Amino acid sequence: MNTVAVSEEETHDEHQDHGLSDVGYIKIALLLAVLTAVEVATYFWDFGVLEVPSLLILMVVKFQIVVSYFMHLKFDSKVFTYIFVTGVILAMVVFAAMGTSMVFWQNPSGCDLSAYC
Amino acid sequence: MSETTHDSDAQIAYGRTEWDDYHHLPTNTGLTNEKVTMWAFLGSDCLLFGALISTYLLLRNRVGPSTTGPTAADLFDIPFTSVSSFVLLMSSLTMVLAVTSIQRAEMERCKLWLLTTAGLGSIFIAGQVYEFTSFYREGLGFTTNISSSAFFTLTGFHGVHVSLGIVMLVTMWALVSGGQLGPERAETIEIIGLYWHFVDIVWIVIFAVVYLIP
Repeated sequence: MNTVAVSEEETHDEHQDHGLSDVGYIKIALLLAVLTAVEVATYFWDFGVLEVPSLLILMVVKFQIVVSYFMHLKFDSKVFTYIFVTGVILAMVVFAAMGTSMVFWQNPSGCDLSAYC
Repeated sequence: MSETTHDSDAQIAYGRTEWDDYHHLPTNTGLTNEKVTMWAFLGSDCLLFGALISTYLLLRNRVGPSTTGPTAADLFDIPFTSVSSFVLLMSSLTMVLAVTSIQRAEMERCKLWLLTTAGLGSIFIAGQVYEFTSFYREGLGFTTNISSSAFFTLTGFHGVHVSLGIVMLVTMWALVSGGQLGPERAETIEIIGLYWHFVDIVWIVIFAVVYLIP
């Protein structure tokens, strides 16, 4: 009987090491819902110069929360983090490389080639 | 008997002497190959969506030299898309609850959360079909202009990912219901969950960058 109790306790502790409780996940989801509501609020109210930076920050925070808690990267092996972050960094490099086309890849007349002007 | 012989042969071939709890060969990293493979796939999928989002941002305001028509940004219905985004976000919660349920051997709850997740995903897809249809009726098709092509390609690829996720979720539900997937294989549900959360985080980026940022 004691063996079973210990076994269950170990299993419980092991589970705690690999994530949150159900209530914890619900709290995380509520936080994400609130952050989404703030995002949508920027559409209805004028946030001025803060609009784009606040949207980008909210996006990064939501991304981080889902990856860390729902995808368990916070609790899982660092190998998974390295693999995924490598992909994200490469995607940002692709974004930066394509972004340069709006600034640097111009014809002699100064017209942006991608604009069909 | 034959299975035991087969297992022993495989153990000898790989130079291993022990199997883990899930009947996987032990790996050097201590991580299962299936989970590493899924993370590697998700990492590579970041590149796909990185390229598609970059392309859209580059072309979002351009209609081309010989084509006209509105851009997708002219027709966005932000309140409607906000509800769709919220639905997909909540499907991530039900997905993680399905994973914790099967880890606790609560199979009925696991089946319920899997179906709920698939249902929320289906609502999101229905919303996307409605959005595409309304855009088309307002004169914005895939080939209307270069901006619309970039928009439909980006959101269409995401929709395909969600649809494949729904197929995987329903398959998992069928396997759990048939008793072919139990708590000892909880990692299978977890891996499908990783994919589902990934389509959610991609939408978090698309919703902010494509829909909300002017």
